[in-house]
Amino acid sequence: MLDQAGGYTTVDGRKIGGVVMEMKNITLRFGGVVAIKDISFDIREGEIRAIIGPNGAGKSSMLNVISGFYVPSEGEVWFHGEKRPPMRPFEVARQGIARTFQNIALFEGMSVLDNVMTGRLTHMKTGLFSQALWKGPAEKEETENREVAEKIIDFLEIQHIRKTPVSRLPYGLKKRVELARALAAQPKLLLLDEPMAGMNVEEKEDMSRFILDVNDEFGTTIALIEHDMGVVMDLSDRVVVMDYGKKIGDGPPDEVRNNQDVIDAYLGVAHD
Amino acid sequence: MAQTQSGAEGLLSLPALLHRNATTFATAPAYREKEFGIWQSWNWAETEQEIEALALGLINLGVNEGDFIAIIGHNRPYLYWAMVAAQSVGAIPVPLYQDAVAEEMAYVLGHCGARFVIVSDQEQVDKVVEVQDQLHQFEHLIYLDPRGLRKYDHSHLHEYRHVQEQGRAAHDEFIADLKARRAKLTYDSTCVMLYTSGTTGKPKGVVLSNRNVIESAKNSVEFDHLGRNEDILSYLPMAWVGDFIFSVGQAYWCGFCVNCPESAETMMTDLREIGPTYFFAPPRVFETQLTNVMIRMEDAGRLKQAMFNHFMAHARKVGPRILDGKPVNAWDRLKYAIGDMLVYGPLKDTLGFSRIRVGYTAGEAIGPEIFDFYRSLGINLKQLYGQTEATVFITVQPDGEVRADTVGVPAPDVEIKIAENGEIFYRSPGTFVEYYKNPESTASTKDPEGWVATGDAGFIEESSGHLRIIDRAKDVGTMAGGAMFAPKYVENKLKFYPDILEAVLFGNGRDHCVAFINIDLTAVGNWAERNNIAYASYLELAGHPMVLTAIQQHVEEVNRSVAQDTMLSGCQVHRFVVLHKELDADDGEMTRTRKVRRAIVEQKYADIIAALYDGSASVSTRTEVTYEDGRKGHISATLKIGDAAVQPVAPHKVAAE
Repeated sequence: MLDQAGGYTTVDGRKIGGVVMEMKNITLRFGGVVAIKDISFDIREGEIRAIIGPNGAGKSSMLNVISGFYVPSEGEVWFHGEKRPPMRPFEVARQGIARTFQNIALFEGMSVLDNVMTGRLTHMKTGLFSQALWKGPAEKEETENREVAEKIIDFLEIQHIRKTPVSRLPYGLKKRVELARALAAQPKLLLLDEPMAGMNVEEKEDMSRFILDVNDEFGTTIALIEHDMGVVMDLSDRVVVMDYGKKIGDGPPDEVRNNQDVIDAYLGVAHD
Repeated sequence: MAQTQSGAEGLLSLPALLHRNATTFATAPAYREKEFGIWQSWNWAETEQEIEALALGLINLGVNEGDFIAIIGHNRPYLYWAMVAAQSVGAIPVPLYQDAVAEEMAYVLGHCGARFVIVSDQEQVDKVVEVQDQLHQFEHLIYLDPRGLRKYDHSHLHEYRHVQEQGRAAHDEFIADLKARRAKLTYDSTCVMLYTSGTTGKPKGVVLSNRNVIESAKNSVEFDHLGRNEDILSYLPMAWVGDFIFSVGQAYWCGFCVNCPESAETMMTDLREIGPTYFFAPPRVFETQLTNVMIRMEDAGRLKQAMFNHFMAHARKVGPRILDGKPVNAWDRLKYAIGDMLVYGPLKDTLGFSRIRVGYTAGEAIGPEIFDFYRSLGINLKQLYGQTEATVFITVQPDGEVRADTVGVPAPDVEIKIAENGEIFYRSPGTFVEYYKNPESTASTKDPEGWVATGDAGFIEESSGHLRIIDRAKDVGTMAGGAMFAPKYVENKLKFYPDILEAVLFGNGRDHCVAFINIDLTAVGNWAERNNIAYASYLELAGHPMVLTAIQQHVEEVNRSVAQDTMLSGCQVHRFVVLHKELDADDGEMTRTRKVRRAIVEQKYADIIAALYDGSASVSTRTEVTYEDGRKGHISATLKIGDAAVQPVAPHKVAAE
């Protein structure tokens, strides 16, 4: 299916580009525990890539490796054709990778708008002093950043809570605000850690729609971890399946669904 | 009578009014919309250019004179422009309710044979695409917001902006045609077609001419002395006649500014930011606002509460009199002025009512307490009575003659008569042309002399000349004992309690009345929180014994009040049940304008009604519900039936028919 040079075309006719990120033989150890064992896969430009697996399979660890929070014990991370040296998470963010968290990590006391604005931090160039005075370039910069933030607020339909402190919001909306903050960074690669966890059906549908729209509208490459199999199979273009830190499957949803190893490990017994 | 009115100053259509506004008040704001957190605005000159570009684009796409163009979406300047652009090219705009499900839309789109549909976003595109195979005449779909639509097949799908661009590009080619089409519009051309939601049967397309719309706008504007400096907030459904008259008819006649909220959820914030001078809302909006104020006051500090209660009591005493310009002594006036500084002013500011000169409520009866609350604050809230077929106005309350229990005197140029059976008839320049493709209904509603049956029963109060509405004429019935049955009268009394969202009374042909009650989740939920009552769902809260006790008290109070009305004392509620789900338009139990469809409710819940009459203490039931996305599910519940004390009534005779 993949042509190595120019990517591939999805079922619904989207053009997927070349490799954006490549994980080469990643192994991650915590003391004696091997969380990830010799895993390789790539993420291509414009695709929605899912990482799935049962509890404890090492999905979140893998996401943390991609986001630079963990440095792999062995193996290499290649981003845009360059090998990435060990980096601090904020340096990774500057490279154009943004993420959301499984347990929401917003600034609870701040308003939705302020939270979204923090996502613009990596794009701010003026110093603390000129921002405090709010003169000249700082003023212009804030206006520009506010514009980006407002477009995202509009996109995710959270205008009505713009000025509401995050602590007052229900869970489903907090998740959406987190996505808004990640998008405010205008990332090249967006990492979503269980975006649908703990949501009801309606909220899941909304979130799925937003993920697809983000990919479609902004052309953002998305890597996501998710438990809900139905959602994963509907949303993603290619799926990596992990079990006990190992990769046991990789390919388009239909292929993965019929992979015997995956059925055995993750889905248990097939019900036919 | 009609022939004498040829349209003042030759302004015979909305495009003509637009041109006058664009030349006379070119730089005055015509539209504002909040987008990306900022109020964007367009003046009249810009508005005319936008509309012209769209009109040229429509000609470019092949719109013919006489075509129907359906418009579906929430209130946005672009969609209002679409209506006037359609009129400019000789087509007829047909706004639809945006929350209608695809099948409902299919009926209306098929009935008018719309060749073009202009919608707001992907949600509406999906609905139209879903039913397009049933629509033979449908050709092109134009959308505003391109989000999520990139991958759609664009052979019949066009972005609004692109249609305008193509229109601008083809300016020289089509401008002569556009001008010719505009010049052909007369006072009798169709201005708009609006589908009535209809409490029974299929919706009917009400055809309104330019005469209907412009005369009604002109008369009502003069009645309330509205000018070009008004600001209104347009948030009510565009398919509703009221919105068409306020946001299009009156706005174009006067040249005032139409403000569109950012989204339905931000309406209250936007209301406050705009501070309209002229405001229209169904009673429900005022009720919700009042409930919110009361809830927030309960959370306020002791001093603030005391101040609020003290000054509100004073406002209730003298506020309405001051508003009506009646004599009030100097001390009370001074105290009211102090109250205005400390309480009323800040409260009106919070509600967004600081600048209101004229406010209207209509559609349903409003609770006297709610009505008086707003009036006592100095907000000139009035009632009107109208319907789509009348281009809104039948009766209106003049300043200084405002009461909660009447709907006012006949609007300018409107004649009213009451038939033998109590049904109200009217005749006016706003009287609709016809129901589209439905001559039988037209004939049965409008007689050859132009009198239109409203379907409402009422009477003119002799002392004041004001009209009082009793109920829908067809809902007024007779009970087994011969007493008059007018459900709305009792239901309204019940609904005036903040705890009760909706009530449905049964009893026609029976020997006593029973009622369904819907609790108001906001009010009752708040009460539950305050009293540490835990509940997991609407169902559980609705069935809570303490809720039932509270509702029972309300019902008994209503019974006491009903017993005092000599005509309707037979309508006291003997038994009631608190329903396990809210009556909902998606389930067909209500119209889109939230009027209960009595027959459907009666049929759907026949088992509960049977239990109410056979004396059982509870009833188990299973109800089908429709979710917003059209899927269906079931709710099962066992409902307790409450008994309410009734007042003894001396048997008295009602004119038997």
